[in-house]
Amino acid sequence: MEDLGGLVVKFAVVVNEGPYTHQASDTAYQFTKSALDKGHEIFRVFFYHDGVNNATRLTVPPQDERNVQKNWSELAEKHSLDMVVCIAAAQRRGILDADEAKRHGKGDGSANIAPGFRISGLGQLIEAGIQADRLVVFGD
Amino acid sequence: MSDSKRFLYVNRKAPHGTVYALESLEVVLIGAAFEQDVSLAFLDDGVFQLVKRQVTTGIGVKNFAPTYRALGDYDVKKLFVERESLEERGLTEDDLMEVTHENDDEEDVSSIEIVDRARMAEIMAAQDVVLSF
Repeated sequence: MEDLGGLVVKFAVVVNEGPYTHQASDTAYQFTKSALDKGHEIFRVFFYHDGVNNATRLTVPPQDERNVQKNWSELAEKHSLDMVVCIAAAQRRGILDADEAKRHGKGDGSANIAPGFRISGLGQLIEAGIQADRLVVFGD
Repeated sequence: MSDSKRFLYVNRKAPHGTVYALESLEVVLIGAAFEQDVSLAFLDDGVFQLVKRQVTTGIGVKNFAPTYRALGDYDVKKLFVERESLEERGLTEDDLMEVTHENDDEEDVSSIEIVDRARMAEIMAAQDVVLSF
């Protein structure tokens, strides 16, 4: 990481790719974790495009592999991270919270958003760009 | 506006084949409501997004190309297209659709500016927020 001379930087992180196919989410996770460990702030992590697939609680990777979703959820819990999933991108790809599942008649128990993530609009991405000192995009 | 930042949306992918172009455009339209200083860059295969006379009926996906022409109504007035990316793909400015906005004298003027790679680098360096799609 760039030497920031002891300054605390407020970062926003954007994740544009899904888990496992692409390295982007892993790298974004490592970046976010490192930034927090060094005392920087993460204003928000925003998941867009296939990045919304990081937010499903239904992934069950082999036990000897990393669990990308769980990594994010645990990091969010530890640091009270604000992790936002774009609603339009999520609806295209079948990521639903309880309210959205109900609204679209998908039945009880079909909500699959993982702990620590919340579904909201693209305005949250723009706001992150405005509020953060640096916005970092991870994707293809 | 004191908290206004310079936002650049960098479009690098062809309009179809992947969803990046469509979902990038959705960010631009939502972002327009935040009254920031917005520019769009088109480079690499992203220059194909502005090619005129796109027809998508054969591939069964939505043709969102007309949306670019409405960007002026959203106060998005700066579309920078990289000259080298056009040339590398056998395209010229004449292959691009017309995208216009109304200037202060209420005349329709082109929103598209063809810039070379060095100028594009300068444009990127001058931004506060660069969202790359």
